[in-house]
Amino acid sequence: MQAIVNGEAMELPEGLTVSTLLEHLGVRAGRVAVERNGEVVRQARHREQKLAPGDRLEIVTFVGGG
Amino acid sequence: MDELVLGGHRFTSRLVVGTGKYKDFPTMQAALQASGAQMVTVAVRRLDLEAQGESSLLHWIPKDMVLLPNTAGCYNADDAVRTCRLARELHLGGENPLVKLEVLSDPKTLLPDVEETIKAAKQLVSEGFRVLPYTNDDPVAAKKLEDAGCAAVMPLGAPIGSGLGLRNPYSLQMILDQTKVPVIVDAGVGTASDCALCMELGVSGLLVNTAISGANDPVAMARAMRLATEAGRLAYLAGRIPRKLYGSASSPLAGVIGAA
Repeated sequence: MQAIVNGEAMELPEGLTVSTLLEHLGVRAGRVAVERNGEVVRQARHREQKLAPGDRLEIVTFVGGG
Repeated sequence: MDELVLGGHRFTSRLVVGTGKYKDFPTMQAALQASGAQMVTVAVRRLDLEAQGESSLLHWIPKDMVLLPNTAGCYNADDAVRTCRLARELHLGGENPLVKLEVLSDPKTLLPDVEETIKAAKQLVSEGFRVLPYTNDDPVAAKKLEDAGCAAVMPLGAPIGSGLGLRNPYSLQMILDQTKVPVIVDAGVGTASDCALCMELGVSGLLVNTAISGANDPVAMARAMRLATEAGRLAYLAGRIPRKLYGSASSPLAGVIGAA
């Protein structure tokens, strides 16, 4: 299925959850936060939150800033 | 004990420093330590999916420092609110985190969009955030932000990264006169004397990034700003003499030799 991850269109396997998406992308869970279609998905719900075709996902972290 | 109390935290240091634009993490870490800061700002950005395994910023920030996530780069209230919600999720602790709210109006001046800032502040306060808003040196805007429930107000001294120092000390004094929450000068500081000047006027704290990270020797500048912030605070508490147009001798007038 197609989804937009951090602004880029991506072909992803069917049936992913937020947790398995992070695994698929090789992202170490923990110090990232995920937003799906404009709403934060709380860490505790990463395993149950299923993704759907056309989802817009943001995966963010802290970087240096002022 | 002279402490800065902000959103449930107590700080003995009144200098808050940024973590942006350092040439490398070891220099940043040394500068953070030299600054004596107890709170540091961080930005929220998309994870670079191509560059996994890169060294994490948080690894280089001393563990006892409070993180202050910012909304830098946001140009409207909605993006700023979303950024704060993501920052709260990244924090993994505390439903009422401190956030530095920054909503900009244009990329050239980096001046705040006060209308959007106030709108975002109201929303964030209603969601339990402790909001520290970057704003203009405008007493009217500062009052609206205070009334919106912000934990502090943070007027600029000059545009972000400009190093022009405090351009409008009289507006800042009006803000200080009227404001019950801490006033922190955010942006514009260029060198140590700017820190001292702001602190002497009675501000509660300073937020500095570029003037430290962009100095030839960031670690030395961090220490200079620590000392200047402390000196300025002490001078404010000590109470300066009034300014007078004419001289006033410090030695006794009586007993000068050769007097008639």
